[in-house]
Amino acid sequence: MPEFLSELLNQNEIFTATTVMHYWGGLTTTVQLVFLSLVIGLLMAVPLAILRTVRNPFVSGPVWLYTYLFRGTPLLIQLYIIYYGIGQIEGIQETFWWDIFRDPFYPALLAFTLNTAAYTTEIIRGALMATPPGEVEAAKAYGMSWALRMRRIILPSAFRRAIQAYSNEVIFMLHASAIASVVTIVDLTGAARDIYSRFYAPFTAFIAVALIYMALTFLIVYAFRRLERHLLKHQSPLNQ
Amino acid sequence: MKQILIAAGCILAMVTGLAQAQERPLRIAFDVPYEPFEYRTPDGELTGFEVELAEAMCEEMNRECDFVVQAWDGMIPGLMARKYDAIMSSMSITEQRAKRVLFSDPYYRTPGGWFGKKDTNVDVSDRSAMEGMVVGVQRGTTMDNYVTENLGGIVEVKRYTTADDMALDLESDRLDLVFVDYPVGEEYFLTRDNFKEIGEPVKLGKGVAVAMRKRDKALAKEINKALETLKNDGTYDAIMNRYFDYSIKM
Repeated sequence: MPEFLSELLNQNEIFTATTVMHYWGGLTTTVQLVFLSLVIGLLMAVPLAILRTVRNPFVSGPVWLYTYLFRGTPLLIQLYIIYYGIGQIEGIQETFWWDIFRDPFYPALLAFTLNTAAYTTEIIRGALMATPPGEVEAAKAYGMSWALRMRRIILPSAFRRAIQAYSNEVIFMLHASAIASVVTIVDLTGAARDIYSRFYAPFTAFIAVALIYMALTFLIVYAFRRLERHLLKHQSPLNQ
Repeated sequence: MKQILIAAGCILAMVTGLAQAQERPLRIAFDVPYEPFEYRTPDGELTGFEVELAEAMCEEMNRECDFVVQAWDGMIPGLMARKYDAIMSSMSITEQRAKRVLFSDPYYRTPGGWFGKKDTNVDVSDRSAMEGMVVGVQRGTTMDNYVTENLGGIVEVKRYTTADDMALDLESDRLDLVFVDYPVGEEYFLTRDNFKEIGEPVKLGKGVAVAMRKRDKALAKEINKALETLKNDGTYDAIMNRYFDYSIKM
């Protein structure tokens, strides 16, 4: 740690090197948890959204049920069910699954992934449904197969329409991850709660963590603005 | 006119300080339920070791007392906001708390206890045997501080809000051991047949005391005097024996 920083930290009782490291540990956990669940969730959401638009109800029905269940219940309840519920299954302690689910990180990752995948599926489905019929007809007229049409025309066009709604989902996910601390994960909020209960300084502990969340949100907003500018270039005025 | 009278009364009360302060009821806060220290009887009445001790203390001080119920998380902020004048809710003396509140002399101390599943066999006093164990504690308690400071790099510490969550994770083998306030352990772990106590209870901390605002030094003096009398004249022991089979006196 740089000299001036440690000197600054010596000036006060709460932000010591130990607590700053505690916050840092919380920050890395939050970023890992949110990033992994968003990436896996997005990878799951694209095929699920395509299945959701299929006319056959035996294909789209189960996807509808899945998104309905996960959007219809609070994330906190899903986390409780997955974390405590799995531990109550008879005999799970003897199987290899327990090596994964003993650690609170993986139950939380599972809950977050399934939750964000459900929301993202609906966001992408909405964008797919809004594809102008003309684009599809033109692709068909060129003799493109279904797969080629999907890859070259429908999905890229849907992603462009989905991106604004998806940036909201990313920010919501970051903020929703604050509940990970209820299952003993020391994420940013968990670190703040530890420090609060150690020093009895709720304002200091929680305002510090709120500022970190705001900084992260700012980074996400900035990244999405760059991405939008890149992907939606064709819609911007020519002489800009 | 009325407002002026009230304002004048307030100023008078401030000026005359101690003499006037004794007229106002002393408001004492508890976090219920925390059996057997403070809880409600089925008909809703507050009772428990600390409640009875507070009643005896008020009688000894010759002062009227009001009892306030406050959740633990907001305990110290509530004191600062003058919602009540004293906390008698099993608050252990710690360095960090002492920076914010004024403590009286301690009036009890319970040990911390190690609890685990029936088939657990580990010597909790042997640091090398404890290596790699996953230990559950309640966040911010004296037990949390003890484990963090003494076994910090050796065991993995998991912090919980409630003892219920800890019992669930101990049962499903996410935790190897828990370290909790002895009476809490008795209540949660010794009443179920798949858990047991492990090793010896550990005496820790500087004890539990009445917490007040820093400026209320006169009140602290008064409370200390009353507690001292109760400890010596047998009142304290009589109350303690109603709730405990072992001594928590200090």
